[in-house]
Amino acid sequence: MRLETIIAGVMVASLVLYALLGGADYGGGVWDLFAFGKRAREQRVLIAEAIGPVWEANHVWLILVIVILFTAFPPAFAAIATALHIPITLLLIGIVLRGTSFTFRSHDVQRDDVQRRWSLVFSIASIITPVLLGIILGAIASGTIRVENGVLSTGFFRSWLAPFPFAVGFFALALFAFLAAVYLTLETQVRELQEDFRARALVAGVAVGLLALIVFVLAEKGAPTVRAGISRTWWALGLHIFTAVFATGAFYALWTKKYRLVRVCAASQVTLILLGWAFAQFPNLVEPDITITSAAAPPITLELLLIALVLGAVLLFPSYYYLFRIFKTPQSGTRTQ
Amino acid sequence: MDDLLAARSQMAMSLAFHIIFAAIGIAMPFLMIIAEWRWLRTKDEIYLTLAKRWAKGAAILFAVGAVSGTVLSFELGLLWPNFMGYAGSIIGMPFSLEGFAFFTEAIFLGIYLYGWKRVPPRAHLFAGAMVALSGALSGIFVVIANAWMNAPTGFRIVDGKPVDIDPIAAMMNPAAFPQTLHMTLAAYAATGFVVAGIHAFMLLRDPHNRFHKAALAIALVVGGTTAILQPLSGDLLAKSVAKTQPVKLAAFEGQFQTEQGAPLRIGGIPDETAGVTRYAIEVPYGLSYLAYGDPSATVKGLNDFRRGELPPVAVVHVAFQVMVACGVAMMFIALWSAWRYVRARRKETWLESKWFLRALVAGGSLGFVAIETGWVVTEVGRQPWIIHGVMRTSEAVTPMPGLIIPFITFTLLYIFLAVITVWLLLRQVAASPQAPEPIAKEARLAA
Repeated sequence: MRLETIIAGVMVASLVLYALLGGADYGGGVWDLFAFGKRAREQRVLIAEAIGPVWEANHVWLILVIVILFTAFPPAFAAIATALHIPITLLLIGIVLRGTSFTFRSHDVQRDDVQRRWSLVFSIASIITPVLLGIILGAIASGTIRVENGVLSTGFFRSWLAPFPFAVGFFALALFAFLAAVYLTLETQVRELQEDFRARALVAGVAVGLLALIVFVLAEKGAPTVRAGISRTWWALGLHIFTAVFATGAFYALWTKKYRLVRVCAASQVTLILLGWAFAQFPNLVEPDITITSAAAPPITLELLLIALVLGAVLLFPSYYYLFRIFKTPQSGTRTQ
Repeated sequence: MDDLLAARSQMAMSLAFHIIFAAIGIAMPFLMIIAEWRWLRTKDEIYLTLAKRWAKGAAILFAVGAVSGTVLSFELGLLWPNFMGYAGSIIGMPFSLEGFAFFTEAIFLGIYLYGWKRVPPRAHLFAGAMVALSGALSGIFVVIANAWMNAPTGFRIVDGKPVDIDPIAAMMNPAAFPQTLHMTLAAYAATGFVVAGIHAFMLLRDPHNRFHKAALAIALVVGGTTAILQPLSGDLLAKSVAKTQPVKLAAFEGQFQTEQGAPLRIGGIPDETAGVTRYAIEVPYGLSYLAYGDPSATVKGLNDFRRGELPPVAVVHVAFQVMVACGVAMMFIALWSAWRYVRARRKETWLESKWFLRALVAGGSLGFVAIETGWVVTEVGRQPWIIHGVMRTSEAVTPMPGLIIPFITFTLLYIFLAVITVWLLLRQVAASPQAPEPIAKEARLAA
């Protein structure tokens, strides 16, 4: 396998991890907005406790995607950052407001009106940011970012201001909300709260299914080459079958309250969706002009980057595991409370 | 405002904002682990309170730093896509390493901030040490990338394109060591001074509070030591600039004429049209000696560089003077602190002087003024280049029109964040813990 393909693979893996971990943190913000009923306050507290220790670390997967992109595939980064200047800028505002309002909320006066105000900023930013992320990915897949002789020829609106990228945006939002609800069932031992998030996971799961359908239909005009990849190639059928198995598995496990199984199924489902997109777009980095190979940095840069990624992973994963072991294993104390 | 200026303003504003949080992110964990280590050693609860309260303040600053850093990594492409397209493969390496350092920092920060009751004390201290270490490494990697823009190495240009790329050689560029040293020391000095200033202010109101005394001592040791070392690293960096960017050195000093035995100018206002620097105190042979180690060395003046390749001299010179002045003032405050400590008969009295505390309050923000002006010096001093001698800033900018809109948007957003952050921190500072000294307590009981 070519070096640049391996690195592109690492980049996709980082993006998958960002969706599974960072995405769920955004999903938590969605459920903060939709916290209602007599346990609304408990729901918010649970979400905040689940996100608090990990969101900054989870967020770094996105940074990793970006640094890999601009180190290994500089022209692709330049083209994306130019054509998608507007949605990326909006994405950044969303990222800034989500992170800061979450932190401000926990350090500001613990008075209801003050807390509500920060919650509102936090949850709205948590909704807008995934939509923008989806819009950006959808635009990259759409084939409407055209570069001729190193100059962007398709302007600053056309590629993303279209039905398909927006559908992908809402699809991403639904996926993140789904993941968050699923994870949150395992964050508490309180049965009523588990039920609350189980119900939310079911709703979000249905939304994921509907939006997947809409994205697929819109892709016919909105992202023809990627759609062709997903519907006609040899591996596509297997991929669809597995995705369907996990989606069904997630619903079954939700229904029967096997929350650990739900988590495995939901995470696998999201992973397969992203991998399916990546395979369908391969070998194009930005449809249709920029390929992994045409945008690749010289071999020495790729070699060194790969070494750095491997060494970094060796340091990173044990630390990451430690973080999650500390905060994501139920404590004996919380069970009795 | 044209688009290039808007892009430069947005980048400058984003950096100026982020650098404050980045510097605190480097140094604050170090202060925290010293306090925590003191607690583990002495079992004096006051140090635990201190570590926890510092951590609480730092949590806010870290969050703002993390997101404003994210903005910057995207802005490299949003504003300077041609620069990233050209240089990404050469200088992406330190950014990738920074990615991992930031990752480590964020992971252990989570453990540190939320794990007080969940991990054993030593593991907690270890997490803090990892935050401190990876924070410093993050900063170093980013500054290495900036150093490369000042002294680009590790490639050749053929037909306007970089070839024979060597990312390691790019990281080992001649500006890398002096610049990273200077910035890292600056982070500790500035943070140490600002923390010292805050606790000195609280001590003026509550002179026998042991909590603030303990805090002030730690902040002064870190800030003071680095402030004393900083002029040495500054000298090293200036010598490197003299070699790699002589035009920038001339702008530092407002040196218009090429001169043998050039003087060091203190203060002064460069008049770019007339080509003279007025009202400066001149130390004879000072510049030649400091820059080249030889009082009779020739310093090339601005007039002898190509017209279109000069930075805005007045801005660079004035910023440089302000930075140096702050650094020197900090060094004197640090020496005064050391002298007071050595002279104090009973060690607990070394902080008991109203004028000393007032000086610390007054000097509290000097470090950050120096950091901001220092970045003006290095960034404006590199103009009109984005990569010195290789690519002009105007060639790097995005074709995106209307850049004034994101500039204004981010400016308003950051002003909002700054106001909230300051307000939340003030609230925390104002909630000063009660920690009277034993003597004071007895006196109060007697009364």
